[in-house]
Amino acid sequence: MSAQPTNSLQAAEPAEEVKREEVVIQVQELHKTYDLGETQVHALRGVTLEIRRGEFVAIMGASGSGKSTFMNILGCLDKPSSGRYLLEGTDVSSLEKKQLAGIRNRKIGFVFQGFNLLARTTALENTELPTLYSRVDKIERRRRAVEALKMVGLGDRTGHFPSQLSGGQQQRVAIARALVNRPSILLADEPTGNLDSRTSVEVMEIFQSLNDKGLTIILVTHEHDISQFAKRSIVFRDGKIKRDEIIPNPARAAEVLKTMPSVEE
Amino acid sequence: MDLLSTLRIALRALARNKMRSTLTMLGIIIGVGAVIAMVGIGQGADQTVQRQIANLGSNMLFVSSGSMNRGGLNLGWGATKTLVRADVAAIVRECHAVAAAAPGTQTSAQVVYENDNWGTRITGTTPEYFEIRTWPFQSGAGFTEDDVTNAANVAAIGETVRKNLFSTTEAVGKTIRIGNLPFKVVGVLVAKGQSPAMNEDQDDTIIVPLTTLQKKITGQPWLRFIMVSAKSRSGSYAAQQQIQALLRDRHRIRQEQPDDFTVRNLADLADLASEASKVMTGLLASIAGVSLLVGGIGIMNIMLVSVTERTREIGVRMAIGATEGDVQRQFLIEAVVMSLIGGALGIAVGVGASLLIASTAGWPILVSASAIAGAAVVAMAIGIFFGYYPAQKAARLDPIEALRYE
Ligand SMILES: Nc1ncnc2c1ncn2[C@@H]1O[C@H](COP(=O)(O)OP(=O)(O)OP(=O)(O)O)[C@@H](O)[C@H]1O
Ligand SMILES: [Mg+2]
Repeated sequence: MSAQPTNSLQAAEPAEEVKREEVVIQVQELHKTYDLGETQVHALRGVTLEIRRGEFVAIMGASGSGKSTFMNILGCLDKPSSGRYLLEGTDVSSLEKKQLAGIRNRKIGFVFQGFNLLARTTALENTELPTLYSRVDKIERRRRAVEALKMVGLGDRTGHFPSQLSGGQQQRVAIARALVNRPSILLADEPTGNLDSRTSVEVMEIFQSLNDKGLTIILVTHEHDISQFAKRSIVFRDGKIKRDEIIPNPARAAEVLKTMPSVEE
Repeated sequence: MDLLSTLRIALRALARNKMRSTLTMLGIIIGVGAVIAMVGIGQGADQTVQRQIANLGSNMLFVSSGSMNRGGLNLGWGATKTLVRADVAAIVRECHAVAAAAPGTQTSAQVVYENDNWGTRITGTTPEYFEIRTWPFQSGAGFTEDDVTNAANVAAIGETVRKNLFSTTEAVGKTIRIGNLPFKVVGVLVAKGQSPAMNEDQDDTIIVPLTTLQKKITGQPWLRFIMVSAKSRSGSYAAQQQIQALLRDRHRIRQEQPDDFTVRNLADLADLASEASKVMTGLLASIAGVSLLVGGIGIMNIMLVSVTERTREIGVRMAIGATEGDVQRQFLIEAVVMSLIGGALGIAVGVGASLLIASTAGWPILVSASAIAGAAVVAMAIGIFFGYYPAQKAARLDPIEALRYE
């Protein structure tokens, strides 16, 4: 897969934004230790990082380097053993469980490697799920879910069950679900891990277009090619950040797709 | 999450495992059904006994000669020769709680009509007797005060006697023989059935004027009993005390001596009977309640299985913003829905079983609204009680581990 040079207009615009946009995620000296009785696993050993609104970050690193652990903390699913995590200026460690659930519901969208859709539940209902836990009335819920499904190109699959959808389509439903409550941050832990390369790029196309609209995206991937669609790449090793750099000319997934053979061929 | 959505999710989760949900509900269905049927049987029995007691007469008291303290319950019956007609007049005159009183004496005799004969009980009394016992006639009428004064040979007969002597022919106006004496049948009493107190066929009787029986058949001036009706049910205890005091006085019984008569109060009997049937109802209901308990444990068991099966779903829900409360409510409502549906079906089964028992076994069964309401409340309580722990377990899951659960 060859990355296409992106046009200068789109590349220049976010660069400007990065400067003036506020910091949405700020972590300082983050540590996570799992206590397994006789042994202790140091999954994170001091991670310090800032992410601004509108960034598209790819996190890479060997298996067991602490990527998922880090994402879970960012997603307020887990708490660090020590260190500080400020989400949009709020110290998350001071929040109660109920408030954390509220953050997961409204501020953060989560996409998993294994899709995690509810079986025997239609695409529309799966997408609607987060709105059930926020104060949104029924008509608005429907409207948002349909809108989110259209955004990922599944406007015509609303009544399908996960078992009637391809892996790529299922992941797109999961993305629609993550978007339905209009979060400011999208967290994706190996979203393309179970997908073939073309479908992976299709998912990245969706991510890029969402990021173009201002959504902050943090993505974990093992594939270098996939990371090249992001604007910034961070590499983890042994629970620490080993490298953190701007990707100068991110590939445009839409362009790459044109060069890829479609499935039928 | 709002209640309606939670309810919909619960119903759908139950519909997904129809067989399993149904089997789980079966425990509650059987439990609630059994409780309703059992309580129905108990209350029906109570009502029947109460009706039978009321059937004996209105607010009735029964004064018999002889003492209960002497020789036990019924042995003293008629043993003393102290109860007389003047006592009856005195009771009516002096006891304020008393509405009416009728003297009575009894013997048994062989009765003949044409070729049929029948051995039965002959009661001699006054016209008040029919009133006190609230005993109307199916044909003809009772005898009059004049008949008593004149010791007339007239008789009112019970249904059993009529059946045995007359079968299809009209009895009123015919002449029967009691012993060697001819009696004109003036009325046939309506059937009253078995007496709960004395356990005898109340309709197997012939009623004649007191004087006729005393002078022409037994030759004894004593009374065996006095039947008294109190002015009200609540007044029957007062009547009992007034009669007791009056008769002791009239019979000149000294303070340390026991009564030479016995006053029995039907209200007492009714209370005793209803106490007994309450105990029986409680016993039956608690046996049935055990199956409700088993049903509740079944719900808990299946909810625990469900929580384990749906660990991943719980993880997903938590990751997208469900609070512990949301998850807990979801499973609790599922348990409650299951027990409520079970309860509703159980009520249907219980009512159905009651009707079936009532029609096949002929037992009187009373399904009260309070039993149904109680069953519904108990079913809900079971859902909450036995659903609480599994729901709690679901809510306490760690979202990350739940998401990773295979
Ligand atoms: N619940 C846990 N209990 C104990 N150790 C854990 C737990 N979760 C993660 N770890 C350990 O923490 C370390 C980091 O795990 P993590 O899942 O973050 O790695 P990762 O970078 O996501 O790996 P991969 O690329 O394979 O997904 C690993 O050594 C792992 O064994
Ligand atoms: Mg991982």
